[in-house]
Amino acid sequence: MQLELNAQIPSGPIEQKWQSHKDHIKLVSPSNKRKHTVIVVGTGLAGGAAAASLGELGYNVKAFCFQDSPRRAHSIAAQGGINAAKNYQNDGDSVFRLFYDTIKGGDFRSREANVYRLAELSVNIIDQCVAQGVPFAREYGGLLSNRSFGGAQVSRTFYAKGQTGQQLLLGAYAALNHQIHLGTVEMHPSTEMQDLIIVDGRCRGIVTRNLRTGLIESHVADAVVFATGGYSNVFYLSTSAMGSNATAIWRAYKHGAGMANPCFTQIHPTSIPVSGEHQSKLTLMSESLRNDGRIWVPNKQGDKRLPSDIPESERDYYLERRYPSFGNLSPRDIASRAAKERCDAGYGVGPMGLGVYLDLTDSIKRLGQDVIQARYGNLLDMYANISGDDPYKTPMRIYPAPHYTMGGLWVDYNLMTTIPGLFAAGEANFSDHGANRLGASALMQGLADGYFILPYTIGDYVAQQSLSAVGPQHAEVRAAEERANARVEKFLSMKGSKTVDHYHRVLGRIMWDKCGMLRTEQGLKEALSKIAALKEEFWQNSVIGGEAQELNQELEKAGRVADFFELGELMCLDALNRNESCGAHFREEYQTEDGEAKRDDNAYCYSAVWSQKQDGVGHDLTKEPLAFDNVHLATRNYK
Amino acid sequence: MNLTLFVWRQKGATGEARFEKHEVHGVSSDSSFLEMLDVLNMHLVERGDSPVAFAHDCREGICGSCSMTINGRPHGPKSLTTACQLHMRTFKDGDTIYIEPFRAAAFPVVRDLVTDRSAFDRIQQAGGYVSVQTGAAAEANSIPIEKDLADEAFDAAACIGCGACVAACPNGSAMLFTAAKVTHLALLPQGAPERSRRVLSMVAKMDAELFGGCTNHGECQEACPKGISIKYIAQMNRDYMSATLKKARTIRGKVRAQ
Repeated sequence: MQLELNAQIPSGPIEQKWQSHKDHIKLVSPSNKRKHTVIVVGTGLAGGAAAASLGELGYNVKAFCFQDSPRRAHSIAAQGGINAAKNYQNDGDSVFRLFYDTIKGGDFRSREANVYRLAELSVNIIDQCVAQGVPFAREYGGLLSNRSFGGAQVSRTFYAKGQTGQQLLLGAYAALNHQIHLGTVEMHPSTEMQDLIIVDGRCRGIVTRNLRTGLIESHVADAVVFATGGYSNVFYLSTSAMGSNATAIWRAYKHGAGMANPCFTQIHPTSIPVSGEHQSKLTLMSESLRNDGRIWVPNKQGDKRLPSDIPESERDYYLERRYPSFGNLSPRDIASRAAKERCDAGYGVGPMGLGVYLDLTDSIKRLGQDVIQARYGNLLDMYANISGDDPYKTPMRIYPAPHYTMGGLWVDYNLMTTIPGLFAAGEANFSDHGANRLGASALMQGLADGYFILPYTIGDYVAQQSLSAVGPQHAEVRAAEERANARVEKFLSMKGSKTVDHYHRVLGRIMWDKCGMLRTEQGLKEALSKIAALKEEFWQNSVIGGEAQELNQELEKAGRVADFFELGELMCLDALNRNESCGAHFREEYQTEDGEAKRDDNAYCYSAVWSQKQDGVGHDLTKEPLAFDNVHLATRNYK
Repeated sequence: MNLTLFVWRQKGATGEARFEKHEVHGVSSDSSFLEMLDVLNMHLVERGDSPVAFAHDCREGICGSCSMTINGRPHGPKSLTTACQLHMRTFKDGDTIYIEPFRAAAFPVVRDLVTDRSAFDRIQQAGGYVSVQTGAAAEANSIPIEKDLADEAFDAAACIGCGACVAACPNGSAMLFTAAKVTHLALLPQGAPERSRRVLSMVAKMDAELFGGCTNHGECQEACPKGISIKYIAQMNRDYMSATLKKARTIRGKVRAQ
């Protein structure tokens, strides 16, 4: 079904759009807010902040997360920092420059109006978090400290050691707890969304499964927010938490929501390399390490000497060589591809040859081990634990890994999906990062959406509706519950011989090989046929076991992996459609002579919005053209 | 490496419970403890047996989900390490390993190794926040905070809420957890206005949730994967004392005023 896309971008100059939009939106009177129920699914930075803020405003909020506590959302694992255009360093930063860097970093595949608003709100986010007691790093004079990050030439990243995500999430969790205590938010942990309730074309609620008791329940509301994170786990090995999944957004897709740019997956350059077949997950090393770490490989292919035995003259600091002005701080997509290129050419280090050195030696010499320890201590401990090596003594080995998904549910300026009443925030939506996300901008987007955008735009939506009451016996509610129950029964009736994890691992390998850092037309076509065959086998030969009415972790996984199969196919289709290279999407057929991405703005300057065909099998593409009125389309150059 | 596991199996909070013996073979010393359990579960599922339920999510040592007692120690033998970051190279070929849920009256078993730690959330809900409305916060640099104080607040705030402190404590006390939060906010100017109310209500909630009292065993600090110091317990006790006195004075003051 072709979608009718209206991004609802306010008119006027870009720096006035958000203010003028806020000035004109409809308000709900304080005494009426409590009569409106808003559901928030996912309570990480975006969802936690949204639920808390909506609760403060007086709405009746119901929040859900699959973790046993909202404090465990995967936002907690974000390490490096959060950007804000405060210009405390007086190094030339401004809202416009953050906007510009983000548009350019995203390789001109994001929406100007949204990105400008993000840069504008970044300033308030820091104020808000400090007021909540988030213990950001400070200078001796008591003022906030900053560091630099990939893709920018100013220091605008605020941080709390290597645990910035943790501290920001604990701030949002605290705000959420305050509202739970006051009774404005009803929290449902250990609960997973199973289906949507759509009445008269509008999203009116969700069906959930209590992960401890198996109880299927429905919850009705005036508006629903999905803040359910990203889908990197489609690759099986990724830096996402094990439970991160695409079920909520995929159920929305099945109900007609548009899915934008699904193939834009960020491959993070500094993850700990895979060590063997047993591996379940990849661990990130914050790219803030690139501030003080120099990245290199030996000059000689297959050089097996210890790094300390390789003299300076026999090392290739390839990022500094290829990108002299950004060097080790070049953006993530560029740093990732450069690492893969060196490893594929035979210069990789470590037992599997899939690694490059991130070397802190020079910085330790210059600044002392104490300073490095204060900046990155927890990261380096983590590395030592996992690898068994001491990063203070020997260079760390790193390799790119699937990390963040820029694609997601299509949303308009109000963060509403193509299903009226269904909103998407944070990583679950597609809006702000384009084809590549710069470092320290995911935390910013999650909090901007949750604290500062949804509280306004949901009110605007709710104020304009006159929604009929939907009771538990409503036909659509019953139908949604039946679908959820039928799905559980179907999984439990599978009596094959292979675990769900087995199929997930094989799917992940196909996705990584064919739809990962490099893509080709032939490879993507191969992937599509392989995934179709594997999906068929998954439904024939999986074994789940256990009961519906209990804690059943295999059943949980089955539901998630089934969705990853379908989403994986759509990702390949999207990558196949985009006959250009941009940001994280690198099609080998489209590159410059020196191996850089070759964008085709004439043909592909759009967000690719996919929707399900009427037959429920095929997919339709609707294009949202992108206009660049404030930053001119230009080739990204970090040299 | 080959290992003999004794794994706690319990169907529900009140269900029958026992140790179940399993032999696992060919475990890679590079794999994590949870990846070793993944292998065990794969074999169990393929055989049609029920897999061992355990809580886990980030597998990076930061979400605090993975709660289990390994050979009698919460999160296992290695200090400053969560179960998910415990690697099999810590063990020897042929070892026997006992795996149990965190044990505490306030943490009922949900199934196998999974416990219900929602009491921690309720302690936080009793006051572990700064009451600030979204949207109108003052400029962040308008209140400078001494670097040492901010660093100390961060160290206290680094608690991951895993519950190892409770499991390690002979009294099942949640003092280390509560003290970490209380101290984090007490050290910062933003948390100051609610400081007294916060400590009183969080401690009261902690007692109401069936956590035991602190009798200075120090086991909590030993078990804490994030190295949260028991000095925060002392800090909280001082805060609690002064808040109690302040409250008493306030009540007397009100009586006089009438």
